[in-house]
Amino acid sequence: MPAADTTPASLVDVAYLVTAICFIFGLRYLSSPKTARLGNRISAVGMLIAVVATLAQGIVNWWVIGSALAVGAAIGIVSAQRVKMTAMPQMVAIFNGAGGGAAALVAAGELLKVYGANGTPTYDVSFTSMLSAVIGAISFAGSIIAFLKLQEVMTGRPITYPGQQVVNAAIALAILVCWGMVVANAPNAIDYFWVALAASFALGILFVLPIGGADMPVVISLLNSFTGVAAASTGFVLGNNVLIISGALVGASGTLLTVLMGKAMNRSVTNVLFGAFGAVKPAAAGAAAKTRNVRSVSADDVAAMLAYANEVIVVPGYGMAVAQAQHSIRELADQLEKKGIEVKYAIHPVAGRMPGHMNVLLAEANVPYTSLHDMDDINPEFERADVALVVGANDVTNPAAREDKDSPIYGMPILNVDKAHNVVVLKRSMASGFAGIDNPLYDDPKTVMLFGDAKKSIDGIVAGVKAL
Amino acid sequence: MTAHLLTELTIFILAVFVGLEVISKVPTTLHTPLMSATNAIHGIVLVGAILVAGAADAPFVPVIGFVLVLLASLNVFGGYTVTERMLQMFRPRPQAPKPPADQP
Repeated sequence: MPAADTTPASLVDVAYLVTAICFIFGLRYLSSPKTARLGNRISAVGMLIAVVATLAQGIVNWWVIGSALAVGAAIGIVSAQRVKMTAMPQMVAIFNGAGGGAAALVAAGELLKVYGANGTPTYDVSFTSMLSAVIGAISFAGSIIAFLKLQEVMTGRPITYPGQQVVNAAIALAILVCWGMVVANAPNAIDYFWVALAASFALGILFVLPIGGADMPVVISLLNSFTGVAAASTGFVLGNNVLIISGALVGASGTLLTVLMGKAMNRSVTNVLFGAFGAVKPAAAGAAAKTRNVRSVSADDVAAMLAYANEVIVVPGYGMAVAQAQHSIRELADQLEKKGIEVKYAIHPVAGRMPGHMNVLLAEANVPYTSLHDMDDINPEFERADVALVVGANDVTNPAAREDKDSPIYGMPILNVDKAHNVVVLKRSMASGFAGIDNPLYDDPKTVMLFGDAKKSIDGIVAGVKAL
Repeated sequence: MTAHLLTELTIFILAVFVGLEVISKVPTTLHTPLMSATNAIHGIVLVGAILVAGAADAPFVPVIGFVLVLLASLNVFGGYTVTERMLQMFRPRPQAPKPPADQP
């Protein structure tokens, strides 16, 4: 039986049950933006109950725990308050990594406690401790790499080298061997534990390295799910139901989002994880070498186009986040709405670097969420739109995904911007997107291009619209 | 496998189904806050962190116990603050139109 079962505090278990219920209601209330804030607060109250109940049951090392809590709270709250909305994916990644690291250390602590007392852990404890340590360490290291990529400390592009999969497979095998040694209570099992922990850390780094750019939403969701599973397995180690339930909720959520993101790209999750985009790049680059026939226009031309439209659909992408153009877009929409022009926003599920990234940025700019439309809702609408304004989105608007069987993204559901009467693409340059895939939309006779920083371009259009 | 672990596995699996059920109702517009909210929830590992670092027979030197609780605490407080900040931006209709570059 796990050690925690000897704790006679049944009141604590009741508190944990209340916490679990709070978490479920918290997530339940996320089903509508109207109740979502209440949900988050219910969830936070649940967390408070669990932490207070835990602290109340005869804890020693008060100074260590109190100071660590205070420092963690201070860093967490201040950085969460200060972070820009565009930097949200990396913030979520780092908090996720912290949780994964904590889960790995909790498992390590329980095992060390048993070994320290010259005891032999039960199979249950050793197996679940390994699960927690391995997944937690992978999540911790993977999240750090995801953070560094998103923060652009290191390149956001996939990093590949020959034999990558072989190296990863070898490390995974080593982890499994050590896992077996620990569970089998081999002599010096503790050494195998440390080797497995270090190897998991390395695997976490190596498995995120070849994933980049537009695939980030998948990885972020997956790492979220990993930390959930790691937290749940610490629940098995400690015999603590609230950890099991909460971990299961998070694991389910992360898995669901991962699958949704994969579907939105028409790629299996394994395909994303094992870097298929890296492999297709050379062929796609060759295709892009053909002569382009693009029309470049000025901000004033775009302003005139928009000002005489009846309906405009804005298609934001990662370029909007990079340029921090969401506030300018909002201002443009205000100006157009003043002229009686209808403005809608089309959000592709994988636009940006995490699920729902564009929605948060536009919400930050005070765009009502009722104007934001999912791909399935908005696609029939493009035929009626006078102008589709593409701001820093590329692959999710590529008609080749619909028509060109040879395209690497063939079959990926896209926003049908090419069905609009006119298309305006705001882009930094003609350089191809993350995936290096040619976009025939740019050669379409009804497409015009406005090159430059998205925010400056839109500010220019706003000035143009005002002058008309 | 002990009967105890089997009971815990049962709880785990039922919780997974509850999670899938509840989360499939979350609209895509709230997917980032959802990630952040679930992120905060796995901060519950703080409970485990306190139990391990605060046990009388804690196997760690205090420094590791400190790092452990610090990581989990960062996860909890950061997670809830970020989620709250995001959610307060979602409005059906903006109240007072603000100047666009108002927020950080």
